[in-house]
Amino acid sequence: MSLSLVSINVVKPGLLTTIQDGGRWGSQKYGVVKGGAMDSFAMQTANLLLQNDRNAPVLEMTLQGPVLEFEEDTWIAVCGADLTALVQEKPLPLWRPVHVKAGTVLEFKQPNMGCRAYLAIAGGFAADDVLGSAGTYLRAGFGGLQGRALQAHDRLHSRTDKNRIGRGRLKRMHRFAAGVEAPHWHISPSIFPSYSLYPHIRVIAGREFEQFTGTSQKGFFEQSYKVSNQSDRMGYRLEGEALKMKKPTELLSEAVTAGTIQVPPNGQPIVLMADSQTTGGYPRIGQIALVDLPVLAQLRPGNTIQFVEITLEQAQALWLEREKNVNQLQLGIKSKWLQLA
Amino acid sequence: MSGFQIYSLGEQAVTVRFGQAIDDNIHRQVLTLTASLEEEPLHGLLDIVPSYCAMTVYYDLMATNYEEVHQTLINRIRLLNGKASTVTGKTVEIPVCYGSSYGPDLTALAARHQLSEEEVVRLHAEARYKVYMIGFAPGFPYLGGLPVKLATPRLDSPRSMVPAGSVGIADCQTGVYPLETPGGWNIIGQTPLKLFDPQQQPPSLLKAGDMVRFIPVSEQEFNELEGKQS
Repeated sequence: MSLSLVSINVVKPGLLTTIQDGGRWGSQKYGVVKGGAMDSFAMQTANLLLQNDRNAPVLEMTLQGPVLEFEEDTWIAVCGADLTALVQEKPLPLWRPVHVKAGTVLEFKQPNMGCRAYLAIAGGFAADDVLGSAGTYLRAGFGGLQGRALQAHDRLHSRTDKNRIGRGRLKRMHRFAAGVEAPHWHISPSIFPSYSLYPHIRVIAGREFEQFTGTSQKGFFEQSYKVSNQSDRMGYRLEGEALKMKKPTELLSEAVTAGTIQVPPNGQPIVLMADSQTTGGYPRIGQIALVDLPVLAQLRPGNTIQFVEITLEQAQALWLEREKNVNQLQLGIKSKWLQLA
Repeated sequence: MSGFQIYSLGEQAVTVRFGQAIDDNIHRQVLTLTASLEEEPLHGLLDIVPSYCAMTVYYDLMATNYEEVHQTLINRIRLLNGKASTVTGKTVEIPVCYGSSYGPDLTALAARHQLSEEEVVRLHAEARYKVYMIGFAPGFPYLGGLPVKLATPRLDSPRSMVPAGSVGIADCQTGVYPLETPGGWNIIGQTPLKLFDPQQQPPSLLKAGDMVRFIPVSEQEFNELEGKQS
């Protein structure tokens, strides 16, 4: 039995394209980062559009996307940033299932809006499953595609055993380019995260919040911060007015997570992201609401952000609402597929 | 268990802190609660991270919530109170080839402390180290117990590449680099053992609560052991 029939040639790898999924739980006590797609909403949506498990392995494409040649007919979905997805110079429609015929070459010209786009394939991508996840842990070199980013001449495969929608084209579709067909409907932006070029990011006050000076506590929620060039999957270094503590504080390392905002001695906050270390010893001024992590994932160096304070209860409620929307989306997509048949 | 604090780390994690010092009593409480939760997980548990004086649980926000987890942890701590801790860590022997090309900073470190290189090796290998936590990198142990005589500040300029298995000293800490990374530690030796292997279960050689002994070995023994690993 052949597990994977659909092959994709990587003609060009793009700036940083890796296989990611929902992340790796259960091994943080061994120093293994949780990881996962930076924009979990875009990843999950791309998967659900193809009736995959929402956390099935996808390609996470950063700024400059890859050039991919599909060797067989297949269904894909691209969600997240607009990195100018093109087939023969015609735009590939986003946020919906797309059928591509054998021989189709998908390329990404240049980033138009946002930072990270996600490409899902029917059945999910075949990848190295390590410690409960197929995601790529770049620093440690395992998971995904042999623990590394895509390179030219790589061949990717989809899991046809997990494909719930087959590979054939359907009725009621529109032609967007040669070999590219898709329905006119797409995910409604009304359920998107609050993507923005100048976002207000919701933050729960951190454990050490009170240990910052009054001026810093106030300033943290009033000033703008710029995303510096030293920003990646591990964390974003922000630039702004230095935050000061009431007195010098030495903390013993304890667990930190994606969204934790640490403040090192230079007073410039670091927002930990998907590949953040499992533990840290810098004071924590805040914790970004889960629903806003996808917003951050779409920012580029140079973008500015502001923080807005919310409570833990409000953050929990926002997350539950997001989950409800995504579950409803899943049902809605199922019925759309029935209509396409 | 005596005093403790419980607080959230975002919407899907809760931390229990037993103190604010590197202390065996405090750490025993961390290990006891961690072991108890590993044996009898709370509903919706995703991950547990023990550290020097605290323990954090991650949970599925669709299965439970902060209030429930908070209460479960308090109940569990009460249950464990008054019960003798049965948590025992294993002692792990780590063979180390000290000095020369395996430990490029040994000569300078010995000179700095006005000790012979043999003295430094003896002091380092005689001590018994406790693993307080694993963090910073997969399999990287935070070890307590470095003889005060050997405490040495980090290198002025970190190396851009430190080989995996390097044994080093930085301030009052000693440890082993599980992966090849840049680093500013004073490298005094190297072990052929793999501290981290994602294909193994568990993937980390060490875990919180284990004890470590460094065993000096010759270059020949190092090569033999390294050969056995691959």
